[in-house]
Amino acid sequence: MNDATLIRKNLFRKRLRAILLMVSILIAFLIFGVLGALQNAFTMGSGTAAQERLVTVNRINFTVALPYAYWGRIEQVEGVRNAAPASWFGGYYQEPQNFVQSFAVDPATYLEAYPTEIVLPPEERAAFLEGRTCALVGRALANQYDWSTGDRIPLNSNIWQNTDGSQTWELDICGVFDDTEGTYPTNYLMLHYEYFNESLAFGRDSFHWITINTEDPALNDQVSGEIDALFANSSAETSTTTEAAFNEAFMEQFGNIGLILTWVIGAAFATILMIVGTTMVMAVNERTREIAVLKTLGFTAPRIFRMVLWESLLLSFLGGLIGLGLATLAATAASSALAGFLPSFGLSLTNIVTALALMAALGLVTGILPAYNAMQVRISEALGKI
Amino acid sequence: MTDASGLYELKNLSKRYTRGKETVAIFDGLDMTISQGDFIAIMGPSGSGKTTLLNLLGGIDRPSSGEVLFEGQRIDNLGQGKLAKWRAKNAGFIFQFYNLMPTLSAAQNVELPLLLTNLSGKARKDRVKTALDIVGMVDRAGHRPAQLSGGQQQRVAIARAIVADPKVLLADEPTGDLDRTTADEILQTLQLLNKELGKTIIMVTHDPAAASYAARELHLNKGRFEEKGKA
Repeated sequence: MNDATLIRKNLFRKRLRAILLMVSILIAFLIFGVLGALQNAFTMGSGTAAQERLVTVNRINFTVALPYAYWGRIEQVEGVRNAAPASWFGGYYQEPQNFVQSFAVDPATYLEAYPTEIVLPPEERAAFLEGRTCALVGRALANQYDWSTGDRIPLNSNIWQNTDGSQTWELDICGVFDDTEGTYPTNYLMLHYEYFNESLAFGRDSFHWITINTEDPALNDQVSGEIDALFANSSAETSTTTEAAFNEAFMEQFGNIGLILTWVIGAAFATILMIVGTTMVMAVNERTREIAVLKTLGFTAPRIFRMVLWESLLLSFLGGLIGLGLATLAATAASSALAGFLPSFGLSLTNIVTALALMAALGLVTGILPAYNAMQVRISEALGKI
Repeated sequence: MTDASGLYELKNLSKRYTRGKETVAIFDGLDMTISQGDFIAIMGPSGSGKTTLLNLLGGIDRPSSGEVLFEGQRIDNLGQGKLAKWRAKNAGFIFQFYNLMPTLSAAQNVELPLLLTNLSGKARKDRVKTALDIVGMVDRAGHRPAQLSGGQQQRVAIARAIVADPKVLLADEPTGDLDRTTADEILQTLQLLNKELGKTIIMVTHDPAAASYAARELHLNKGRFEEKGKA
């Protein structure tokens, strides 16, 4: 037996209470882990935004289309090196729940817009550029649906209608692309804008955004100002921002994820802090007599302080690690199901380190008061008499 | 049984409590010497200060004035940390209501004071076994306090008090919660510890029958001792 035995026995002296406390801490860290994984998924895109890329969208919002003619006019703006138009396709595969993030793009300019991020063999690149019905698929998406180069797939749209009355476009997978450093999403599909546009039953000759590469990041402000000035007072005014700002705006359609997560996690931890803190104070108060006996036997006040604090830390780490473990399992299980929509759904090392720090903080904050109270127990008062 | 060497010496000891605006003196100017190997029963009416005196001897309370010397060294002016270490080394405590840790087995309860020593795990186990053997509780080593009778719990408490081989045992009404037969068994054990192992025992009791097991009986009344001689 040693102090650790005493700490463990004291923690589990009322097993149900200890388990309930642990479950409440577990839930807090499960929420922390899952929401952290979600935040990682939502913030991944902004990390890949290059400095020299701008995005032009309709000033109303990016779901409202821009006229096709804008593309050519933007290409003429001084400082623009490349302009790549793209449209939402709103795709799904076989069943509506099989969401496929898909864009209709101009192949040459789109690949030019992401010269280092999109990695694929030269022959597949050439095939994609030349084949009107070709689609380029990201590795994560291809793995999700077990697609490979040479496959012919029917891709349905939940937005557009084909001139043949269907909502289906037959596509040939001409290539599967990877990313260079694991930071660029490979969870989407590109199809030819021309093939898409010519078969549209409505809404032809428009696109949703243009990705622009400037000749120098220093020209960004000038270029974006000129583009927006070009279409000022038109029926479709534009808003040109950096790609990073566009990605953030895209994420904000789901709300301010970071702020929501901070509030949810903060509320969960504040609640847990009060519950665990109060219970720990009560649990130690119940043991005043036993603490007095330990002091009588010769246990020093600092030693008793440490034992109570370790008890609180043990509780926090047990609940926290189980919660974090469950969050990791949940994120792993969900990541394959969500691969098409949220490719980076998973806990990062930062999440884990933060969680460990929170466990330590929770243990210390909830343990410090009862530990201090235990340290201050006066033997003669606690025992009444020896 | 007693020898001439002084274990405790109380010099002009006073203890006063403040209740509101009133100061109550429990005892004032008390002098006393306790020799190594003594078995003293302290008796007296309620409120006479028996337990307070035991607290002072055990280093868990401090006098208002005067000195408590143990083996010639003052303990009343030691800091809390040093006093805790002094208790761990020199004093074994036996409580009326046993005060065993409910979550620990009998053996683990007995082992508690040894956690404050540098003994190895094996040495601690051997000591625990010996202490439990002395009080006749080896076969109950794995039982928790709730699985033991009052008398058995008090035996475990005695084993806990002696396991670190302290110089003095301080017992406050050790048989106050026990029936006569069990009380006699406990007192015989204490007598054995005094006579065979030479432990100095200071016992507070209301019970004259319990006091009769001691070598000396001191009656504390109105802050003064009245000694009753024994053969």
